[in-house]
Amino acid sequence: MTTAPRTMDSTRLVEGYETMYRIRCFESAVSDAYRAQMIHGFVHSSAGGEASAVGVCLALGPDDYLTSTHRGHGHCIARGMRTDRMAAELYGRVDGYCGGRGGSMHVADPSVGLLGANGIVGSGIGIAVGAGLVAQLRLRGVAVAFFGDGATTTGYFHESVNLAAVWGLPVLFVCENNGYVEFTPWSEVSRIERAADLAAGYGIEGIFADGTDLEAVYTTAVGLVDRLRSGEGPFLLELSTVRIGGHYEGDAQPYRSDDVFARDPILRLRASLVERGIVGVEELVLVEYRIHAEIEAAFAFASASPYPDPSEVGAHV
Amino acid sequence: MSEWRYRDALREALAIEMREDDTVFLAGTDIAGGGVMAVTKGLMEEFGRDRVRDAPIGEMALLAMAVGAAMAGYRPVVELMFMDFIGVAFDPLLNQAAKLRYMTAGAVEMPLVVRTQTGIGRSGGAQHSQSLEAVLAHIPGLHVVMPSNADDAACLLRGAIRSTHPVVMVENRHLYGRRFERPATFPKPELPGRAAVRRRGTDVTIVAWGRVVLDCLDVADRLQGEGIDAEVIDLRSIAPLDVETILTSVAVTHRLLVVSESVLTFGASAEVVRVVATEAWDALSAAPVTLGGLATPIPYSPALEAAWGPTPEGIEAAVRNLTRAIEVVHG
Repeated sequence: MTTAPRTMDSTRLVEGYETMYRIRCFESAVSDAYRAQMIHGFVHSSAGGEASAVGVCLALGPDDYLTSTHRGHGHCIARGMRTDRMAAELYGRVDGYCGGRGGSMHVADPSVGLLGANGIVGSGIGIAVGAGLVAQLRLRGVAVAFFGDGATTTGYFHESVNLAAVWGLPVLFVCENNGYVEFTPWSEVSRIERAADLAAGYGIEGIFADGTDLEAVYTTAVGLVDRLRSGEGPFLLELSTVRIGGHYEGDAQPYRSDDVFARDPILRLRASLVERGIVGVEELVLVEYRIHAEIEAAFAFASASPYPDPSEVGAHV
Repeated sequence: MSEWRYRDALREALAIEMREDDTVFLAGTDIAGGGVMAVTKGLMEEFGRDRVRDAPIGEMALLAMAVGAAMAGYRPVVELMFMDFIGVAFDPLLNQAAKLRYMTAGAVEMPLVVRTQTGIGRSGGAQHSQSLEAVLAHIPGLHVVMPSNADDAACLLRGAIRSTHPVVMVENRHLYGRRFERPATFPKPELPGRAAVRRRGTDVTIVAWGRVVLDCLDVADRLQGEGIDAEVIDLRSIAPLDVETILTSVAVTHRLLVVSESVLTFGASAEVVRVVATEAWDALSAAPVTLGGLATPIPYSPALEAAWGPTPEGIEAAVRNLTRAIEVVHG
């Protein structure tokens, strides 16, 4: 059984910063590529959710499963998926994780336990319950379902959390509450203030943490994952995050006035690392340069990758 | 001659596959005690509650759970008590199970089975009688099988469990207790996709599936005495559709009758006729005929329900009409 350390040492913090920065750069490049019409279809940026994705994923081991959402790029990168193959998938090319069949909302890499982003809100919650059951039967691993606040009002959420609860499955339900359900404030679709409070309806524990604080996310997730590994659970973890972009690329957001950068998890971590003397600005700048180069190369790789052969349209049905 | 019931065939097939593969497990409402159709009776005692799992009512999560378990390498067999309930569990079938192999370019397999049942003639009413195979077969990626007898129940269920595709098995409630001749050796697993010619004939091809196949065979036997030689094809698998067996038969008989217990409009019958019309137009010497349910909800009252779907008398009349041209030619 893999057990992650309870707290983050300086190496892990810098590693976490690097992955968060990688996600942000990726999303920024996605936004540019979308405007340049290199990416097709519907794209939802995970910018602002980096601490949540990275903090939870750092708490996991190689045998664990995850399900993600339509806003899933960050979860994939945090789980270790390569940015070049992700970019190629978004470009609809053969070198993409799904050979161009999936696109932004359907990136998946089962080889690292990531059972997919998903275009149907709430569906990944149910899929994670099945993965959690397999983990329980194999006596190995846990499952994490990432979903947004908007998914808590679906039937999927209700039925799946209850099923996992009555079966006592090792599933961590992670509600990333960014405050907006597409274009609508969360407060207009639910009379619950804290999504974590919903846990009481299923007789399980609900926990809230600041999803823009990497260390808070990590230490909370590690504690819960450890308890899942020892047979407790499931748990509902609400992480308050911020959606830095719109609902999708191209959303002009006339409905918003909040200051997203006040809660930017990357600015927050960067300032904290430097202020506490954990790492020097120079070192962070080097990390950032390296990531910029990686992302640039990733999108060049995607551009150079060929489109799938149209004769393959019927394969893998 | 030893006999077995359709229900026995299903139960024994489940037990065999569970003994051979530890990753096969069952889940559904009330199945640990045997289920409402008593198919899983005794399996919890042999395999334990880990592998014969009672689930709360909530078919959406049940099926999504099965999708996740299949992606993680297990082989779930979930019981959907009535086929009508796919309405509340449709997303896991429509958007998840059917599409994830494709969307991941084959990186995941989807070895999940949904066992469900249907059947008119028991006053199940509009929400407990529907044969919705066409709704499922319309979705690329889903396989749909409908066994008409105990042997097929066993081999198709074993095959469905071993398949790497999602398979919905539609059983018929009138068949569970029905006795069939038991074969000397247990039926081997068979993947979806093959029809069976139940009765050879040269005058007309009757394509049917599910329980109504038995009616078609009775009618064919009766008409044999009158010199009408009907071929009966039991489709067994709605998706994939065994086009070759249908076309081979129509090439000989030149006449097609399609019979099902499902609504005719936009249904699987229409698909069979489409395939024959586009692939074997020149072979047809008469317009194809389809018999099935009316485009109405299925009524409760026995008097109304009997007027809703196909009857043996209706099948017989249709065969006579279709073959009348032959009689004229034969003089």
